[in-house]
Amino acid sequence: MTGRGADWRPTATPEALRRRAAMLAELRAFFAERDVLEVETPLLSAETTLDLHLDSLGSEVEAPGVPSRRMYLQTSPELAMKRLLAASSGSIYQVCKAFRGGERGRWHNPEFTILEWYRVGWDHHRLMREVVALIETLLTGSRRLEAAVYASYADLLRQHAGVDPHDAPTRTLRQTVERSPAHQNTDGLDRDDLLSRLFVERVEPRLASNRVTVVFDYPASQAAMARLNAGDPRTAERFEAFVGDIELANGYGELSDPAEQRQRLERDLARRRKEGRPLPPMPSRFLAALEAGLPRCSGVALGFDRLLGLDLEARKIGELIAFPIERA
Amino acid sequence: MASYNMNQVKTGLKVIESGEPKAIIACDFIKPGKGQAFTRVKMRNLLSGRVNEKTLKPGDLLAGADIVDSSMQYLYSDGEHWFFMNPDTYEQVEADATAVADAEQWIKEEDICSVTLWNGLPIQIKAPNFVIRKIVETDPGLKGDTSGGGSKPAKLETGATVKVPLFIQNGEPIRVDTRTGEYVSRAKS
Repeated sequence: MTGRGADWRPTATPEALRRRAAMLAELRAFFAERDVLEVETPLLSAETTLDLHLDSLGSEVEAPGVPSRRMYLQTSPELAMKRLLAASSGSIYQVCKAFRGGERGRWHNPEFTILEWYRVGWDHHRLMREVVALIETLLTGSRRLEAAVYASYADLLRQHAGVDPHDAPTRTLRQTVERSPAHQNTDGLDRDDLLSRLFVERVEPRLASNRVTVVFDYPASQAAMARLNAGDPRTAERFEAFVGDIELANGYGELSDPAEQRQRLERDLARRRKEGRPLPPMPSRFLAALEAGLPRCSGVALGFDRLLGLDLEARKIGELIAFPIERA
Repeated sequence: MASYNMNQVKTGLKVIESGEPKAIIACDFIKPGKGQAFTRVKMRNLLSGRVNEKTLKPGDLLAGADIVDSSMQYLYSDGEHWFFMNPDTYEQVEADATAVADAEQWIKEEDICSVTLWNGLPIQIKAPNFVIRKIVETDPGLKGDTSGGGSKPAKLETGATVKVPLFIQNGEPIRVDTRTGEYVSRAKS
């Protein structure tokens, strides 16, 4: 389409564009003051996540001097940043674009801005407090935040859904999901899918909109790239930060054991194969970096557009992005 | 008829769910950072008006419903059925009392109504937004009182009762908004 009929205008207001620029400056000042180094890693890479629920966008890439191969737009800068950490970068952060196929909704756009940072020598509880500090520093709008609350995944599910995520039989979880008012077909949902559904439908709507809630001790089966808790191997050193029902950040006490990491990736690949999903290659450079030695560290990724949305009290992500997918 | 998956459903689509025709009135895409995506769909039952929610996960489908709204002329009623005709094709359909519902008290022969057809059968009749109807029963008008203060009930030829200003006379035609059931103005007969 050409001419006047085309939707060429931005969907974000000038105010949102200005606040985005100011917030980026504020976050850079936040990390500069704390001596965390800003880095850049490739958005386009031969290695990508194998997480069953993340869709990597990819393309055949040709360039002189390298073999023609399938490359992927990153779903987060995690793999490459860990290679920097293994090469003794010290604490680092990056604010960049990430891409996830198939994700579009009120708070999702397939291309979005992600803030990811790693703290060398920190445990994840210390990083949780820094996540809260960052959110409280950047949210300067009309919203005044009360003191953050920290709650375990199990406590929240017990309180709001009446089930224990570690001990309840899967049958009980299934019945609990099916009792929800949104008529649900739970065929094919596994234990983690059911827990995730209960968390979204029963817990998230109850989280206070005037404070940060940090949820920690996720079930070991949802560890992703977090190490398991030494004290309780049913749980992992994984946390998420919410304001109201908006999921802002996801962090880990980072798994550094290369053998366990390889096992998890192989399990992810097997699940992908079973579900008929695309099969990106095993991320061998990432694994080689872990073999060389990832320092003890914690890391977290935060959805920058959502944080901006909270600050401006936006109703959807399209108010914050100049050209969301339908106009990109 | 087409089917819609969690990425294809959108507001305004007409679907069949639990065997009944429904209109989608809201859709929310939900994707936890580390978890399966799903779409929460809110829909209104086109027969009962009730609203319900349903969760679609990857692989779940909603069947599309063959539903069209068309403008049809009201012909007559035999007391049990109401007959409507497509003015272009002269095709006729008969609606039952459930489909006609509230429209019954407003419609009159030759009115052009909005008829919602599901698989060709009428499931909902909407009276024209504005109709002119004669008053068949009301208290005598108060001559000269055109100030607009006060009102009284008036029964229309089609059966509805509306509130009208005191100066309106029995036998007068008036203009009524059928969506709100409110008197709009006097009408020339």
